[in-house]
Amino acid sequence: MKLWFKYAGIILRSQMQYKTSFILTAIGQFLVSFSAFMGIYFMFMRFNTVEGFNFSEVLICFAVMLTSFSLAECFFRGFDTFGGIISNGEFDRIMVRPRNEMLQVLGSKIEFTRIGRFLQAIIVLSYAIPKSDIIWTADKIITLCLMIIGGTFLFAGLFIIYAGICFFTIEGLEFMNIFTDGGKEFGKYPLSIYGEGILKFFTFAIPLALIQYYPLLYLLGRTDNTLYMILPVFGILFLLPSYILWRFGVRHYKSTGS
Amino acid sequence: MRAYFTFFKIRFINGLQYRAAAYAGIATQFAWGFMTILMFRAFYKSSPENFPMTFEKLTTYIWLQQSFLALFMAWFFDNEIFDSISNGNVAYELCRPTGLYEMWFVRSLSSRVYRVVLRCAPILIVAAFLPLPYGISLPIDAATFLLFMLSMTLGSFLMVSINMTIYASTFYTMSPMGIRILFVSLAELFSGAIIPLPFLPDKVHRAFNLLPFASTQSTPFLIYNGYLSGESIRYALLLQIAWLFAFVLFGKLLFRNALKRVVVQGG
Repeated sequence: MKLWFKYAGIILRSQMQYKTSFILTAIGQFLVSFSAFMGIYFMFMRFNTVEGFNFSEVLICFAVMLTSFSLAECFFRGFDTFGGIISNGEFDRIMVRPRNEMLQVLGSKIEFTRIGRFLQAIIVLSYAIPKSDIIWTADKIITLCLMIIGGTFLFAGLFIIYAGICFFTIEGLEFMNIFTDGGKEFGKYPLSIYGEGILKFFTFAIPLALIQYYPLLYLLGRTDNTLYMILPVFGILFLLPSYILWRFGVRHYKSTGS
Repeated sequence: MRAYFTFFKIRFINGLQYRAAAYAGIATQFAWGFMTILMFRAFYKSSPENFPMTFEKLTTYIWLQQSFLALFMAWFFDNEIFDSISNGNVAYELCRPTGLYEMWFVRSLSSRVYRVVLRCAPILIVAAFLPLPYGISLPIDAATFLLFMLSMTLGSFLMVSINMTIYASTFYTMSPMGIRILFVSLAELFSGAIIPLPFLPDKVHRAFNLLPFASTQSTPFLIYNGYLSGESIRYALLLQIAWLFAFVLFGKLLFRNALKRVVVQGG
């Protein structure tokens, strides 16, 4: 952990060397998610509800996904460029060092510019929270926190799987984007609106609904089942299979030799 | 003219080599289009009377958008062009007996076109076999199809000419990052890449329609699916031509001005 902070410190200092570029990129990140927000806003100007969810309820959903995605992207982005690390032989260097490989990959890239997107999420959240009719008792606050934490770890798990597959394919698989970027994009709305089949897929295959749809129901007081409240914990457990895939990949690693 | 055409062909054939990447891309785009349609279906089920067009027209729009994504994606830039400006390789380009603007225009266009050639057919074919209202429907008549092709050509030329002004700005700022990311986020919203423009509130829709971004992808797709007809097609096409002229002129001016004072950064 101490080592990770050292990595983070170095990267932060190096990114701060180009302050203007850093600020502009952060603003850009803010704007990119702003146009996504405008998309939702305009849709709700035309349609008042979607499958029983209104604007402020969808906004909570959107903000939770945006927060978790930006956190995951900020800290786990190293895995996203992992294809490059493998194909240029960088991973050989990582393997010979007497430290955990995962930690080193994590430390190779930390995107502090994602602060722009994170800021946007916080603003949307602080707009949506008072607007919704939720009475904020302790259990509701815990649920919201669990959703964000669970979401962060779930996206982290997806990034790790993405990297794990790189061990076998050398290149990053574009198809995984549908789960990472797609998860962020389509997770703007409660996953139930896409229909039964998609909801099942995102419950059992990629447990995105566990950190989004089910706890949201509890948050909005549509169910009293406390099981729904602790479901996001399974998002954290998602790290387990992704870690196994990663270990499996490391064991099967063949250097590209360049 | 022939030199540019040959250059287009070289880039095009070069690009066709990356077939595996294209196949992975097709799967992603297909899933993406499918999820988008499901999202709109949810809104449709809530209040069909608020839908600005029929559901078949919308799905047609979305499949067109996915098939021709590479022609109109705002975030697609040629990094080699940015690099050659900031590291000085542009000096080599200037030695050629061809115009720099025309050269890069052709280059950007061809790298968009080869991507579409590789990707559009499989997506369109699968979408055509999907049951209605989820699949893509045919245009109303042959004339509409011809107008769509014309409008799409104009739209993709306009997209490239807008890109060219972003490239040109690098001559002045040296680092493209800021303006580029700002441009992309605005263009995505204005061009109807996030949600089709008719879904916006009427006043916003009318305002966005006048902006150059609407003339890139929104116009051709709306012609194809029959949302635009008769007089409004002619108006939209004229607007496309006007914007295309304006951007080519503006881009050329920027280039000429920049090249007059170009400083090549070392060797």
